[in-house]
Amino acid sequence: MTTGVDRSRVPQPGPVPAVRFPTVRMVRLANGLAMRSVEHTGPPLVTFRLAMPVGSASDPAGQAGLAALTAALLDEGSDRRTAFELHTALDRIGARFGVEVGSDSTRVSLTTLSRSATEGLALLAEIVARPRFDDADVARVRDLRRSQVRQLRAVPGALADRVFLETLFPAHPYGHLGIGTDDSLRGLTAMHVRQFHENAYQLGPATLIAVGALTHDAFIDAAERAFGEVEVRPVVESAVVDPARLGAPGPPSARLVLVDRPGAVQSEVRVGHVAVARRTPDYHALQVLNMVLGGQFVSRLNLSLREDKGYTYGVRTSFDCRRAPGPFSMRGSVQSGATVETLQEVFAQMEAIGRDRPTTPPELDLARAALTRGFARGFETAGQVARGIGQLVLHGLPEDYYDRFVTQVEAVDASAVTAAATAHLHADRAVAVIVGPADQIAPGLGVLNLGDPHCVAP
Amino acid sequence: MLDYTKHTLDNGLDVIVHEDHRCPIVAVNLWYHVGSKNEQPGRTGLAHLFEHLMFEGSAHHDSGYFAPLQKAGAAVNGSTSCDRTNYWEVVPTNALDLALWLESDRMGYLLPALTAAKFENQRDVVLNERRQQYENRPYGMALMALMAALFPSGHPYHWTTIGETADLHAATLEEAHAFFRTHYHPGNVSLTLAGDVETGPALARVRRYFEEIPAGPVSPPVVVGGSAATSDARASDGVRLLLEDRVELPRLYLAWRSPRLFADGDAGMDILAEVLAGGKTSRLYRALVHDRRIATDVSAAQGSRELDGWFCITATAAPGHDVDELERVIGDELAALADAGPEASEVELCLTQVEAQFVYALQTVGGFSGRSDQLNAYNVFTGDPGFMTKDRVRYQQLTADQIRDLAATTLIGGGRVALSVVPRGGADRALVGSTVARVS
Repeated sequence: MTTGVDRSRVPQPGPVPAVRFPTVRMVRLANGLAMRSVEHTGPPLVTFRLAMPVGSASDPAGQAGLAALTAALLDEGSDRRTAFELHTALDRIGARFGVEVGSDSTRVSLTTLSRSATEGLALLAEIVARPRFDDADVARVRDLRRSQVRQLRAVPGALADRVFLETLFPAHPYGHLGIGTDDSLRGLTAMHVRQFHENAYQLGPATLIAVGALTHDAFIDAAERAFGEVEVRPVVESAVVDPARLGAPGPPSARLVLVDRPGAVQSEVRVGHVAVARRTPDYHALQVLNMVLGGQFVSRLNLSLREDKGYTYGVRTSFDCRRAPGPFSMRGSVQSGATVETLQEVFAQMEAIGRDRPTTPPELDLARAALTRGFARGFETAGQVARGIGQLVLHGLPEDYYDRFVTQVEAVDASAVTAAATAHLHADRAVAVIVGPADQIAPGLGVLNLGDPHCVAP
Repeated sequence: MLDYTKHTLDNGLDVIVHEDHRCPIVAVNLWYHVGSKNEQPGRTGLAHLFEHLMFEGSAHHDSGYFAPLQKAGAAVNGSTSCDRTNYWEVVPTNALDLALWLESDRMGYLLPALTAAKFENQRDVVLNERRQQYENRPYGMALMALMAALFPSGHPYHWTTIGETADLHAATLEEAHAFFRTHYHPGNVSLTLAGDVETGPALARVRRYFEEIPAGPVSPPVVVGGSAATSDARASDGVRLLLEDRVELPRLYLAWRSPRLFADGDAGMDILAEVLAGGKTSRLYRALVHDRRIATDVSAAQGSRELDGWFCITATAAPGHDVDELERVIGDELAALADAGPEASEVELCLTQVEAQFVYALQTVGGFSGRSDQLNAYNVFTGDPGFMTKDRVRYQQLTADQIRDLAATTLIGGGRVALSVVPRGGADRALVGSTVARVS
């Protein structure tokens, strides 16, 4: 080649870009509602996000799915509009409306063009504060969700997630999917939904987040108009669960769980255990550890199981850090015939990284760099910024948290990663859930030394 | 709506630069104008398998592409469709050289590093992808049955991009090398840089890395076999197919051939889909899910493709109901729409939605559907990266009468493929007269 390009080595990137999180203005509206706004230049749009610290962990005993059902009914009409009228109003301003329900929180969001910001925010307030909750609507949506639960029984990933949570968190508010079960949904009525809304959707602990191409003053003005008449009261403490105050779950109900999926060409697998809460001081070390073990393409587990052995399209691990300790999990779908080999590899790697195969300097460099250099692109859009602020609010993180993130990750050294692995990664008590063809898999499971598989129906 | 410059290098490479300095990142996005439509029957799936091989190393960096890019903080991905294959990175601005070095190395110098071992491994990975995304997923085989029935044998959309398992097993390393030599060269590529770059220096950098790559052969034309022939679906009563699957509820797919990408009627079909099933105000949502409660969900979409389009309505039967009820109600709604057309207010609402989507789509410089991806899409399919302006006008000009006429000609008057996917052992729950679809 005659060329000016030096192809003897790959160019190295420059230093980690210095990025500051955008300036957030924090105010309380006249009625007391907490609000945070960001002036975000870019396309002429705005994103509003109402973050409430009540989620599926607050589902009453026997009523799994109530928080998510309530959320799903918010846009089914208000005191002054039917569902059709409400959605016509949303369509008229080109709005995107969405509700997310996690174990610890509920987030209601609306994105619209900047010119429709006032109208959009007024609709958001109407949806959250004055939902219709007609008997017939509640029954209809409840039945739709029962159908959804039924369909999820045929989706291997959803099935594995459900059984994994049930096994890790027996009799615990984290032990069910947000959607609930057919049994729990069947008994829910409009009365339950109205009561849950009355108890849990009070805006005392909520935060309204506004990000987009408007000024702080314009955001606050729109919010005063939209939420001005809404009374801000505390939630009814006895009716909601703050997971941070919960005791630890009991031991898992089994170490090895098998859900038969006759004839399936792949096994959907989960391996993991209850790990840590978001407030852990080891959070950044755990992020680095996870990158090395299974949190990115070039992690040990993905490279081994996909690129070396060819068992899978890909696997990932994560520490789900909630207000209370959530699960560490490895997730993936592997050739049925390689199920046992996959599980052996996962358990071995979980064991090794805190002991005889600690993270190497190149692995550590790559993991930290992926987190620090990649940080800037995490806050490109208004939605990403709003989501980021939502995390600060939910977990009570300091206002300068994102500005300190890079420094905190850079401070994680090899010994911190090993210490985090030793403290928070426990192959010796991890649970394995398999959704796959039992007749093909069961005979080989003995080598895992996890006891006889506990068989669960889909 | 988007400022850009476009240059074509001597070797045929199109280079588009779009500046946006709000965030210290730059998107590097390459569209190779090759997809599964360029495959031969018997070797389906090769274009997508090839995409995987592009990440496994090149002559001067003979190891995985993810490691150096992730170490630079990049987001990295690629995808293959019937019409094109794209590769992209979003990198911190100061890692642009790294991204250009790697992209140029795999465009110019892939083959010395493309070994049998990598080929075998990625074939296994792709077979696993096929198992995960199609074979072991509820309703996952429906697309294959629909494509095979809508597009006759010999038409390059007769098969799906993931390919046939037997074909993937039959593919050879030599064929992969030949595929690269035929399709992977600068004249078949559109490269967009979008983000925190200055146009002049950015273009100079691209020249530095890519100008040395020789121009390749002219890509062979895609032969649209069978298009002159009459598809089975053109029969007056259409085609009725059934698949038994590991599903809980029966699902009905109604599909038609439709205008190709950017042809007359293409934008109208998007609006037709929106009127029929776009959200909770749509006609089919109200009729099937809200009012009658005979379906758990309904969707409609215009599949705008380069050579031909297809339009599909999908609805899942609620417990206690079956696909023949769905077919009847959908048929009534289509007939009403083809007869009286949508209300002007319905069209207006849809157009507002479309306008908003154009704005929302501007939020990211990179990734799938980000600004760099859009500029490349317009450039590859129309030759004009700035086609977005005309694209919007296509919608703004639509009238209710045009939507009515499209419903009448394309749906009521067009050949239809009706596919019932039913629980195993439930063949009798398919539409009457359905025959078993052959998929593998």
